[in-house]
Amino acid sequence: MTAMQDIAPRSFYCVQLPASDDFDLWRERARALVQCDVPPDRVVWIEPGATGDLFGGGEFGGRERRLPVPGDDARPVRASRAFLRLAKNAALHSDPQRFALLYRLLWHLQTNTRLLEDRTDPDVRRLEELDKAVRRDSHKMHAFVRFRRVEHSDEEEAGEHYVAWFEPEHHILRANAGFFVRRFAQMNWSILTPQGSLHWDGESLAEGPPAQRGDAPSGDPAEDLWRTYYASIFNPARLKIGAMLKEMPKKYWKNMPEAALIPELVAGAQACEAGMVERGAMQEEERPETLEAIDRAIHACQRCLIGALDNRAVMGEGPQHASLMIVGEQPGDQEDRQGRPFVGPAGQLLDVHLQRAGIERERAYVTNAVKHFKYVMRGKRRLHQSPAAKEIDTCRWWLEGERELVKPRMMLALGASAARGLLGKTVSISKARGTPHRLDDGSELWITAHPSYLLRLEGEAREAQERLFEADLAAVARRLAELEA
Amino acid sequence: MRTYKEHMSRLSTIEKLEILADAAKYDASCASSGTAKRNSLGGPKGRGGIGSTEGMGICHAYAPDGRCISLLKVLLTNHCVFDCHYCVNRKSSNVRRARFTPQEVADLTLAFYRRNYIEGLFLSSGIVRNSDHTMEQLVEAARILREEHDFRGYIHLKTIPEADPEIIHRAGLYADRVSINVELPTEAGLTRLAPDKKASTIEGAMGGMKLAIAEARDAKKRFRYTPGFAPAGQSTQMIVGADAARDTDIIGKASALYNRFRLRRVYYSAFSPIPDASAVLPLKRPPLMREHRLYQSDWLMRFYGFAPGEVQQAAEADGMLPLDIDPKLAWALRFRENFPVDVNRAPREMLLRVPGLGTKAVKAMLAARRYRTLRLDDVAKLTVSVAKLRPFIVTADWRPTLLTDRADLRGLVAPRQEQLELFAP
Repeated sequence: MTAMQDIAPRSFYCVQLPASDDFDLWRERARALVQCDVPPDRVVWIEPGATGDLFGGGEFGGRERRLPVPGDDARPVRASRAFLRLAKNAALHSDPQRFALLYRLLWHLQTNTRLLEDRTDPDVRRLEELDKAVRRDSHKMHAFVRFRRVEHSDEEEAGEHYVAWFEPEHHILRANAGFFVRRFAQMNWSILTPQGSLHWDGESLAEGPPAQRGDAPSGDPAEDLWRTYYASIFNPARLKIGAMLKEMPKKYWKNMPEAALIPELVAGAQACEAGMVERGAMQEEERPETLEAIDRAIHACQRCLIGALDNRAVMGEGPQHASLMIVGEQPGDQEDRQGRPFVGPAGQLLDVHLQRAGIERERAYVTNAVKHFKYVMRGKRRLHQSPAAKEIDTCRWWLEGERELVKPRMMLALGASAARGLLGKTVSISKARGTPHRLDDGSELWITAHPSYLLRLEGEAREAQERLFEADLAAVARRLAELEA
Repeated sequence: MRTYKEHMSRLSTIEKLEILADAAKYDASCASSGTAKRNSLGGPKGRGGIGSTEGMGICHAYAPDGRCISLLKVLLTNHCVFDCHYCVNRKSSNVRRARFTPQEVADLTLAFYRRNYIEGLFLSSGIVRNSDHTMEQLVEAARILREEHDFRGYIHLKTIPEADPEIIHRAGLYADRVSINVELPTEAGLTRLAPDKKASTIEGAMGGMKLAIAEARDAKKRFRYTPGFAPAGQSTQMIVGADAARDTDIIGKASALYNRFRLRRVYYSAFSPIPDASAVLPLKRPPLMREHRLYQSDWLMRFYGFAPGEVQQAAEADGMLPLDIDPKLAWALRFRENFPVDVNRAPREMLLRVPGLGTKAVKAMLAARRYRTLRLDDVAKLTVSVAKLRPFIVTADWRPTLLTDRADLRGLVAPRQEQLELFAP
């Protein structure tokens, strides 16, 4: 008796697969069906949860539940290693037609052994597409699974456990267990998915039922660090959203803690660019021609990010045509509250020294290189932060406006920021102090330390610096007297 | 008065990470591929190591700049005694500074690795105190990971060429990949923009690294238990657009580097306007497309059998590669006498020269044409756009007749002009 005699002509066969990723069973059944000469259009492959009962009656009335059994003399089934490798992976795809496709290919491979090399055949191409999609999904699983740490306090399971929730597109969970076992062999971990779950306790792998998102922990303190890293490593000067989306499609975002930042980062980068364009346009503007107009304008200024903080602009003050202009770094907390320059602790120290040197503050124009208070919040306190060189350079626009209107014959820069605001480059205070620097408009610039620097020092160091500061102010006073004489 | 140390310890880990990751983002490389395969199986529970490498790198996330995030890429510190003009961390730059201890870097790497955020660590640093001290610190972070935690993930260490060769050698023992940046394609550029660096020192260190890698490979063949040495080889980075170097100079330099030092990769980083930029630098940054075209030319040399001289011929008279078309198409348009190519007969080398045919498509064609004569339809199934190919190929049912000789061919095959840098300054 040959196998053929066992087969009822025009019968349909239906193969139920117990699991969606059960390639081995498909292989076994497919081999028998090929040996019994059952052509592809006579086999239906049904996976769990699929619409198996749809074919219960009617159309496939002649369907055989019992599968044919090949005889002992049935010829062996031929399948290249390359086909098996591709088929095994493609079988994990979520396409309900995949097992039928694999059977069709296996069927044709019996007569055309080199079928796979013909990439222009539609079935071969489909096989490669499925394989590629599954490989991609597996690769993305390796990449995008995010573990969250759970501390176990109960006696049996002391120690830490890492749990991830992941939603793969295809039936790839079991096939990728090995990757995580090899990588995290010494950790206790679980990967929960809607298709099932995996649990590794450092020694053996266990499978569990399908899970829900709520079964996984909702956060991990390390995620703040990770988000900080993600935001910091991003270069806003080169936005390429398409490239990101291609490799990290939105469907994965919901389970990745860092993805929540993306809209904000993109918007920030675009605003930054728009700001640069706008700033470029603003530089072309006419500068206000009175001190009052500058005062109004700086209140609305957002050319740098300091202007966007919760603070107010502090305008310089003093006689319109003072011979001496004193420039500080930026308003501090007190100056910001009162809206006047040099009224905080550093301002008070400056007043003492000015008096000692015989310089009347009321006769000088006192202002800052940067018009807004730059700070960071530490609890409820606003902590001073030095302005960046770029911010000083941006704010130079206003300082130059003040210089043009006041036309002082002498300038005194307090600290490196002020010096940069006037010179356009960073200089070392210790090297630049004690001698006048000639500015473009013919005025004379003297540079000394910022009084807040003195406030930060203690003991001998402070005394030494105060002596230098006093000497600088005394020199300024002498020179001022000469100029005014 | 608050000492420097107190100030540093007051910065939280998260603040330091913010500063030191931000400072590291100008390094282009994030590859984690091509190293020895390892895993952490075996060994008693709780005492074995952690991590694996399986040949292929994994990008664990992508940032909105389109770049892959595979490694924790940070600087140990962004303090620096050098004053290289193109660098945001240069001595005279007014940026916030921070400093990690090697232990902190190791802890952070492990915390990220255990949660499957990364493949490993890419550690670089500004130069603090001196080169030897800095290099010691970099090696120490890698040592903690490898020896104390038996970390089997990927480590890339940036090497400081001025450091003692003995310390650099230790870096190779712990790291999968080591890299030394040549920084600028010409020596004149280096002298002008990186006054503290010397081309001879950089190349000397690269040469030393090449020897050590080769020796370790050789020893591995003869002795079973040889310590590995930078199994993923060495790479370098060049900054594009900060000096006057032309694309032809850069291609020549890259090719020389590949040959002399057996580099795995040369990375090109379009000079990006950095906060607090130096006045010596150009105000305008080079188009990102230039960086892209250089990578394409790099690919032509590494995978498409182009000689450096041939790639250089694709450049325009001013020594720059065209920005609107890729270098392979530019070469084909310049040397039209080589086309059309018969896809049913031409050897692999010639098929690889056809604009629009990649290595995969060529492989598939070579396999398919053994069983059938390829028609235009067949070619279309194997490639992205057959329209671009048509002027350059002959199939069983297609011959471009006059097309290849048309003067306006460039207009027909060049991609439509796009507004490439809508958001670029």
